[in-house]
Amino acid sequence: MGSGGIQIIENENEVNDTTVDTDYSGHESVVRVRGVKRTYEVGGTSVHALRGVDIDIKRGEYISIMGPSGSGKSTLFNMVGGLDKPTEGTVFIDEVDIAQLDAFELAWMRCRKIGYIFQSYNLIPVMTALENITLPMIFAGRDLDYQMEKGRKLMEAVGIAHRMHNKPSQLSGGQQQRVAIARALANDPAIILADEPTGNLDQKTGMEIIELLKRLNRESGVTIITATHDDKMLDVSDRIVWISDGKIARIRKRSEVDIKVGTIEGEV
Amino acid sequence: MASMSAGPAKIERQISLPPEQAFKIALRNITIRLGRAAITGAGTMLGIAFLMSVFTSTAIQVAKGIEILPEQQQKNTWLVVMSLLVSVVGITNAMLMSVTERYKEIGTLKCLGALDNFVVKLFLIESGLLGFFGSLIGSLIGMLFMLLTGLGVLGSIDWVGLLMRLGACVILGTILSILAAIPPAMRAAKMPPVEAMRAEI
Repeated sequence: MGSGGIQIIENENEVNDTTVDTDYSGHESVVRVRGVKRTYEVGGTSVHALRGVDIDIKRGEYISIMGPSGSGKSTLFNMVGGLDKPTEGTVFIDEVDIAQLDAFELAWMRCRKIGYIFQSYNLIPVMTALENITLPMIFAGRDLDYQMEKGRKLMEAVGIAHRMHNKPSQLSGGQQQRVAIARALANDPAIILADEPTGNLDQKTGMEIIELLKRLNRESGVTIITATHDDKMLDVSDRIVWISDGKIARIRKRSEVDIKVGTIEGEV
Repeated sequence: MASMSAGPAKIERQISLPPEQAFKIALRNITIRLGRAAITGAGTMLGIAFLMSVFTSTAIQVAKGIEILPEQQQKNTWLVVMSLLVSVVGITNAMLMSVTERYKEIGTLKCLGALDNFVVKLFLIESGLLGFFGSLIGSLIGMLFMLLTGLGVLGSIDWVGLLMRLGACVILGTILSILAAIPPAMRAAKMPPVEAMRAEI
């Protein structure tokens, strides 16, 4: 993935944006959330999962969303990933209002614009690692040569080229998550949505996965949005968003937050 | 089907699952869960075996020159219809269970950009394949067993008619299997992709 040219432009914009967290300049935002409310009807009563959220996520940013369960974190996370639609307000993904999309366009967007990484890897068990990675490319209508070429490159990029023809059940958790990351990158998405990607992994493997994500973020300029509790994950984020009670409690840049990680003392 | 194999130049805004790929995935799904697939297929097999045995015994009776009473024929039809209905319900039930089992997998496919009709396609092909092999084996078993009762008249049996009935049994079994899988497949397709995010299984 040698898209080094894009990265230079990214860096210039970074400089302009250092002043405020909520800089709604718009143009370089890959996700824009405006006045979003989400209400669920549960047994006749309305549950307000989100009560008016505004946030911009810049292209190439590495952002972490935090919050206790029931805070609306998952709802916001699903919303920016095109998995849920707002009851009120608008969500723009790559300048497209997701509420306006029909089923076909939504599927297209999930296929081409967003890569998903799950806590439990979610590889298709009947397919080999390589087949898992090429599946999104099949959906995208790529020809076989392209699939094989790209699949091999991606497997090399995530460091599991030697396990190409193994089934997920023959791979360790860390290796499975690497396959999942390669699969998420298959169609060069604008956004990678990672839901607790280190949740099922031990400390060391989790760290390797985080470093891999950070490297891909730097090299290819893909935007990474994660929901996480992992301090190591927060440490590499550009910004951290705290959600509480359906609203954004605060947004902080990494530099403004004091996180201790890495050493064993810090882990306690 | 009509989802053409997109030429490399015309990729824009197109989501596709070429039939040969759908076939490959469905076949894998069968072979990886062979035990469950065998049970699902066994339903069709038994129903079709019964139907074919009725066809064969009729052919033998004709060859022996025995007249077939209308009430006996009626009774047979009734039994065959009932047994086929039971198989259909059995297949629907087995496929529903298999959909529930694969909730996460289906959600993942949708997150990767699969359209509802891809999911439907996969389940229908899977069930169709099971129905085809199940009814092929079933009709052969039904025919061979019944032929044992008519060993003396094998020469005078209407073989062309019997083999055509065997073909009809296979087609019927395949179609019934596909029809039986429609409700489970629809249910799978309607599943929201968020399901894939659920951490527990």
